[in-house]
Amino acid sequence: MAKDEFQSRQFKVVGTRVPRPDGVDKVTGRARYGADITAPGMLTGLCLRSPHAHARIRSIDTSAAEAMKGVKAVVTRADFDVTPESSGNRDVLDNVMAGDKALYDGHTVAAVAATSRSVARAALKAIKVDYEVLPHVTDVDEAMKPDAPVLHEGRQQESVPEGYSQNVLARSQYGHGDVDKGFEEADIVIERHFTTAATHQGYIEPHACLATMGGDGKADLWCCTQGHYHVRDTCAELLGMDTGQLKVTSSEIGGGFGGKTTVFLEPVALMLSRKSGKPVKMTMSREEVLRASGPTASTSVSIKIGARKDGRITAGWGDFRYQNGAFEAMNGALGAMCGFAPYDLENVRTTGWEVVTNRPKAAAYRAPGAPMAAFAVESVVDELAGELGMDPIDFRLMNAADEGTKAAYGPTYPAIGLKSVLEAAKDHPHWNTPLEGENRGRGFAVGFWFNFGGNTSVSLMINGDGTVSLSEGNPDIGGSRASMSMMAAEELGIPYEHVRCVIADTASLGQNDITDGSRVTFAVGLATIKAARHAIDIMKARAARIWGIDEEAVEWVDGAAQPAGPNAGKFEPMTLKEIAALASKTGGPIAGHFEVNAEGAGVSFGAHIADTEVDPETGAVKVLRYTVFQDAGKAVHPDYVEGQMQGGAVQGIGWALNEEYIYGEDGILQNPGYLDYRIPVASDLPMIDTKILEIPNPGHPYGVRGVGETGIVPPLATLANAVSRAAGVRMTSLPMSPPKLLAAIKAAKG
Amino acid sequence: MRFEAPTSPEDAASLLAATDNARVLAGGTDLLVRLRAGQVEPEMIVDIKRIAGIDAITSEDGGWRIGAGVSCAAMGEHDALGADYPGVVEGAELIGSTQVQGRCTMIGNLCNAGPAADSVPAMVAAGAIAHVVGPKGTREAPVFEIPVSPGKTSLAKGEFIASVYLPPRGARGGDAYLRFIPRTEMDIAAVGCAVNLSLADDGTVEKASVVLGAVGPKVIEAAEAAAALIGTTCDDTALAACAEAATAAATPIDDKRGTVEFRKDVTGVLARRAARIAYTRAKGETS
Amino acid sequence: MSRIHVTTTINGDETEYLCEPQDTLLDVLRDELDLTGSKEGCASGDCGACSVMLDGRLVCSCLVLGAEAEGRAVETIEGMASGEELHPLQQAFIDKAALQCGICTPGILVAAKDLLERNPDPTEEEVRYWLAGNLCRCTGYDKIIRAVLDTAADMRGAA
Ligand SMILES: Cc1cc2nc3c(=O)[nH]c(=O)nc-3n(C[C@H](O)[C@H](O)[C@H](O)COP(=O)(O)OP(=O)(O)OC[C@H]3O[C@@H](n4cnc5c(N)ncnc54)[C@H](O)[C@@H]3O)c2cc1C
Ligand code: FES
Ligand code: FES
Repeated sequence: MAKDEFQSRQFKVVGTRVPRPDGVDKVTGRARYGADITAPGMLTGLCLRSPHAHARIRSIDTSAAEAMKGVKAVVTRADFDVTPESSGNRDVLDNVMAGDKALYDGHTVAAVAATSRSVARAALKAIKVDYEVLPHVTDVDEAMKPDAPVLHEGRQQESVPEGYSQNVLARSQYGHGDVDKGFEEADIVIERHFTTAATHQGYIEPHACLATMGGDGKADLWCCTQGHYHVRDTCAELLGMDTGQLKVTSSEIGGGFGGKTTVFLEPVALMLSRKSGKPVKMTMSREEVLRASGPTASTSVSIKIGARKDGRITAGWGDFRYQNGAFEAMNGALGAMCGFAPYDLENVRTTGWEVVTNRPKAAAYRAPGAPMAAFAVESVVDELAGELGMDPIDFRLMNAADEGTKAAYGPTYPAIGLKSVLEAAKDHPHWNTPLEGENRGRGFAVGFWFNFGGNTSVSLMINGDGTVSLSEGNPDIGGSRASMSMMAAEELGIPYEHVRCVIADTASLGQNDITDGSRVTFAVGLATIKAARHAIDIMKARAARIWGIDEEAVEWVDGAAQPAGPNAGKFEPMTLKEIAALASKTGGPIAGHFEVNAEGAGVSFGAHIADTEVDPETGAVKVLRYTVFQDAGKAVHPDYVEGQMQGGAVQGIGWALNEEYIYGEDGILQNPGYLDYRIPVASDLPMIDTKILEIPNPGHPYGVRGVGETGIVPPLATLANAVSRAAGVRMTSLPMSPPKLLAAIKAAKG
Repeated sequence: MRFEAPTSPEDAASLLAATDNARVLAGGTDLLVRLRAGQVEPEMIVDIKRIAGIDAITSEDGGWRIGAGVSCAAMGEHDALGADYPGVVEGAELIGSTQVQGRCTMIGNLCNAGPAADSVPAMVAAGAIAHVVGPKGTREAPVFEIPVSPGKTSLAKGEFIASVYLPPRGARGGDAYLRFIPRTEMDIAAVGCAVNLSLADDGTVEKASVVLGAVGPKVIEAAEAAAALIGTTCDDTALAACAEAATAAATPIDDKRGTVEFRKDVTGVLARRAARIAYTRAKGETS
Repeated sequence: MSRIHVTTTINGDETEYLCEPQDTLLDVLRDELDLTGSKEGCASGDCGACSVMLDGRLVCSCLVLGAEAEGRAVETIEGMASGEELHPLQQAFIDKAALQCGICTPGILVAAKDLLERNPDPTEEEVRYWLAGNLCRCTGYDKIIRAVLDTAADMRGAA
């Protein structure tokens, strides 16, 4: 695949700040999101949710609801008469509609479709569920104990040693060298224990969908999702239908951040539509989103790092205990892989634990698993630098991973941008301006994320008038239509305005993996470039045919075919527009396409600096200044790269300071609303300054790396380091909410 | 459910009296949230905003009468009211966002009877009087007596509050309200504290009131905290004594918004800070 | 249950609709009138995605009953541009990338327009506090605040 490799070039379109194609729709209110469409005769669907954290469902009596006027369908688990092949999809089914047991507060146990919302609400009240309430567990450390209430029997993998609860589903280990030897060589060893609360992606648009299934078994689904192909595949299996009979169209999406990578309402809406024979629309309330979609893991992490007096780290050890909610996930493994990824270590050993608890199943949230791991590792690194009397950036530079380093999670790095990121931070005015004033502290931390590639299909049509229609299959979550249009324009050598990119439905393109893993600009970009090259090859052939010369004798320069040299013949260049106009005479429509399972996504690193001020009498924290440094490989649209960096940073600030899932003793979520699930508001924040670095990814023609996720990895630790310094006490538990911080300050004062 | 929008206080009272389960609708910023959440299911909603004159702020006998339809935003825009009672206006203006401000009323805040209601401590500290209209006529009641316990008021069936009266400010008076929230906006107070002071000619405190919010089932008049300020110039010793007494007077609970210890500590801090501001204002200095 | 007949003005046009007593103005706009530019992010006044102007006041349409709009004037995001011509704030949001997913954008634009009409020269802090009831989870607010401040400066320059 030599052609995929990065080649340095002068860009004309890529790297500029063009207006996005969906801008006008979105500033005028015309854009259609998940809940913004209707269908004739549409019903309203609502879910009945478990009021218990853990309960056996003895029986469900839906007869009274079914008898109500205006109720057109009632669905329970009994309606889903399939057993999905994979354990993953069996879990999905159990999650979207509880089987024998309700496993968390908010777990769906039944659903209705009715002619109005008020009728549907009344119908929910008429459903009688006989629950046998069981003991529950929501804390990760508690859930691991051998006597903890057990969610699932017989799901534990062999990797888990004896002595743990069945709730511990899996254990994974990474590392190399001999950590015991490494700690012996250390002059100083610091070991600490950290906890983080579960948080939610907090996208402003609740989940919503509209399902239509006819008596012929064909179905259409409109929904807000990060991956409509995935929705199609999953729903088809859960509904026992052929994949090809379900067409899924993705709406505009009002935020996802990983939380819209799975299904919740969609299979239920389809089932209600199948039963009622009518279109069914479902939207979650904010309360439902918080209680029953997919928040993050909460964690309990132990970290031990040793270093020599000269600042060299001799060993790193970490134990990452993550609770993933009610079903299996791999956040603990991801944490164990990412924590030490920024460092060049001779001896490193990490263990990730996957634990189930009576909470909603964790979904991905921007670099899933990594921010909590970075919080723990970067806190200890910060403390070590302090103990050694070293500058936090110098200490990291001395131990930073580089090209050729064997990463803590296994592979050997190709060219990476960590050192450049660290040096950029070190040279930045923010780092070099002393922070003055009482109760203030500056924090610094780095973060790592893998980035992914994956299955991708793109098709690119050359229209008769020389414009281009580009179809991709990944929902545009923050400007990707602009980026794809830019890459197509770049490659074809035409103005950006001549390209219009649309998100195709599942019937119109080959498979596309979910918009996750920061894969879109990388993988869809790659496929777009390749599809453009495919179209260029066709256009070159057409020109060759018109000129009567060999295809190989034609080259493509600045949007036109031209003879490849003096020997090829003397012809005036033919522009894309000219070739397009003659297409039907030279062989028919011209279109390029490309399908790939993309590899070569480049890992990315970021570093953040935060200045904070603490009110020592109330524990309130104010963020005074914030700067983000991140390697983007190549920033296709710098505005949207900055936007990803800023958005990730602020989500991380929320995670560090005030966001948390609060469960009561009864296992019920106490704060399922924006009033008490406290995401940052505009007045909480300063401007978020950004510095994009461009260390080309060798695996992409333009050098692009994913940028969407790395930005949320460093801020937890950055804030913890800043606040710890400002408050004069090391904070090891997130969020650093005022009650917790004030208690720590008081305890430190004795 | 029925929706009614009477234009006279009498009609409102008789509508309210005629139904077992009727609710007054002012700004709706509490009521509509509860309706949507299914926490209340009234048979009738009585929108009082179309009652003539209910949205007026009027000066009366040297004090201020604020109608039940006055939005908190309108209070913030009223310069003369803000000059007399900056603390009362502060409390009202802290409620919610710009959007909530455009709708919410101080009297709705009071009648919602939430322990953390932001506008109530300063009203109580100011000695505000509620003008209650009911099927049997009208009566006046101290604002302090309106909330009884979380979500419950002392209003009888058919009664509603048509306005609140703030007594004449008098010379050398000043008030202040501070609350603690984890973010800078959009939170419910973990602690609230209002201080209202009148000074003697020599600049010492003659009359004082310290009122706490969110640290008990309803607002608390912290008499000892107020007493600690009387006769002083709100010097550090007096403020420390006030803070300590305020902390002692607080009877908070542990919940998602704070722990007992945190709330008691912060009560003292806010009492001290609010007293300092109120004192500066009473002396006619700006703060 | 009988529905309530309401006559009101929406974006300058007299409009009639029927609603149930418990329907919010947001329900009416979205479900009865197909004005889906106002979004529902919470239905509890916390997110501001449903922001509209009601008789010249910025409000959350999820906290107003549809029945209350009788005889009032409502302005929504759909009325912000005049024909093809975008309001300067709308243009600035596109030009300065002040939106990512865009779900918060209509509410923020309605709120920001009201701010600039009241205060043509707000400070950064004033913009931040004015918009504190408009949650945005994508942008970290930076580009939104800059777009509002820049538009204010441009509009002052043009005036
Ligand atoms: C996003 C958001 C943020 C908020 N932030 C805060 C905050 O920071 N601080 C705070 O204290 N509150 C806050 N609130 C709660 C609410 O906004 C306030 O309590 C507000 O003052 C209520 O006033 P209203 O006019 O909207 O009341 P309504 O909702 O109209 O009424 C509230 C209750 O009082 C009754 N009532 C109203 N008026 C009368 C009357 N005249 N006579 C008798 N009964 C009456 C109603 O029947 C209802 O039970 C917030 C609410 C929201 C949605
Ligand atoms: S939907 Fe109205 S404020 Fe969120
Ligand atoms: S742009 Fe997505 S919430 Fe603001």
